[in-house]
Amino acid sequence: MECIFGLVGDGFALLVADTSQVQSIVVQKTNEDKIMILDSHKLLGVTGESGDRVQFSEYIQKNILLYQYRNGIPLSTAAAANFTRGELATALRKSPYQVNMMIAGWEKDQGPSLYYLDYISTLHKLEKGGMGYGAYFLLSLMDRYYEKNMSLEKALELVDKCIKEVRSRLVASPPNFIVKIVDKDGARELAWRRTVEDQQGPPSSSAPEASPMSEDVSVQA
Amino acid sequence: MSITSYNGSALIAMVGKDCFAIASDRRLGVNFQTIACDFQRIFKIHDHLYIGLSGLATDVQTMHQRLNFRHKLYQLREERNMRPETFASLVSAMLYEKRFGPYFCEPIIAGLNDDGTPFICTTDLIGAKQLAKDFVVSGTASESLYGACESMYKPDLGPDELFEVISQALLASVDRDCISGWGGIVHVVTPNQVITKTLKGRMD
Repeated sequence: MECIFGLVGDGFALLVADTSQVQSIVVQKTNEDKIMILDSHKLLGVTGESGDRVQFSEYIQKNILLYQYRNGIPLSTAAAANFTRGELATALRKSPYQVNMMIAGWEKDQGPSLYYLDYISTLHKLEKGGMGYGAYFLLSLMDRYYEKNMSLEKALELVDKCIKEVRSRLVASPPNFIVKIVDKDGARELAWRRTVEDQQGPPSSSAPEASPMSEDVSVQA
Repeated sequence: MSITSYNGSALIAMVGKDCFAIASDRRLGVNFQTIACDFQRIFKIHDHLYIGLSGLATDVQTMHQRLNFRHKLYQLREERNMRPETFASLVSAMLYEKRFGPYFCEPIIAGLNDDGTPFICTTDLIGAKQLAKDFVVSGTASESLYGACESMYKPDLGPDELFEVISQALLASVDRDCISGWGGIVHVVTPNQVITKTLKGRMD
């Protein structure tokens, strides 16, 4: 029940994704970061088949960086989105990637932009959009409450409304969400919205025993 | 749902007196969910040639990019624009190339010949060309579109009347099809100018 959505505000674009990694009926982890930072001012949020998701997003990230190294200037958001679409479209009739994604970016002359790119490589520039089962609930919420050039506080209020709606109305909804922002200061993580903490290591009610595994092992040169 | 009705579309092209009009709806949907109301289905190839592509949105975009490329290459080699009949044959050939793994889109081509006479044609998804003297339609609402155009169309309409007729036919038909509509766009092309208007229709 993956969910990803985004919106464009005043000089920034937000991308929000759930952070559950699920295999059949088992939740393997709840802190999986599905929004990749492509370069200094681009975000790629990806949902879908786990292997394809990681493989394809890393492939795109490396190629975006390669262009920058070869040519000395970064790709524009539109160019990056169209490049990604081209790769998906080429693979579509050979061995398709089953990934849905949203691309957010910021440039000096264009400002913020958001692109919807679904698994059959339909690309469309949007002000607000979402994917997954969660989209059935939050697209209408965004239609109602979204305005052009929202401030960051109002945008985060809308994001929280959307997350609350998905949590309360979607069966087996993901517990945690990550929010990332891209604006003139770059692409970065903004916030988490957690209801479940991922446990690190085995649970223990008493003090942990000292064991070789838990000590720092220094390598003697 | 069938693959050609995955995204939803409606397209018309009509012939007038020394002009033509091409119109489409603006919805981009995924089955019954609407993603956007500003999707572009009609593309300018050159000043007197437009192509409208209905069907699967990804193939609409791919076909548009490939046709744009082929036309630009033609312009570089021949140092002139392609004639509408030539372009229609190009579209037909490109679609038939993929006969056993086709692009799921059905184009309508509308253009003005060098002498100013309008030309319209449509092809199916594997390139079977069909010329027409009055109007051509395409998309998920095609059955409604045929009926509306047949009853509203008159030959030798001027640009303004042609705009009225094509808009009314488009809006009436998409109102009967749940996966197309959400606005419309019309281009009326005469030898000297192009008038583009967006239509405000029922957004449902």
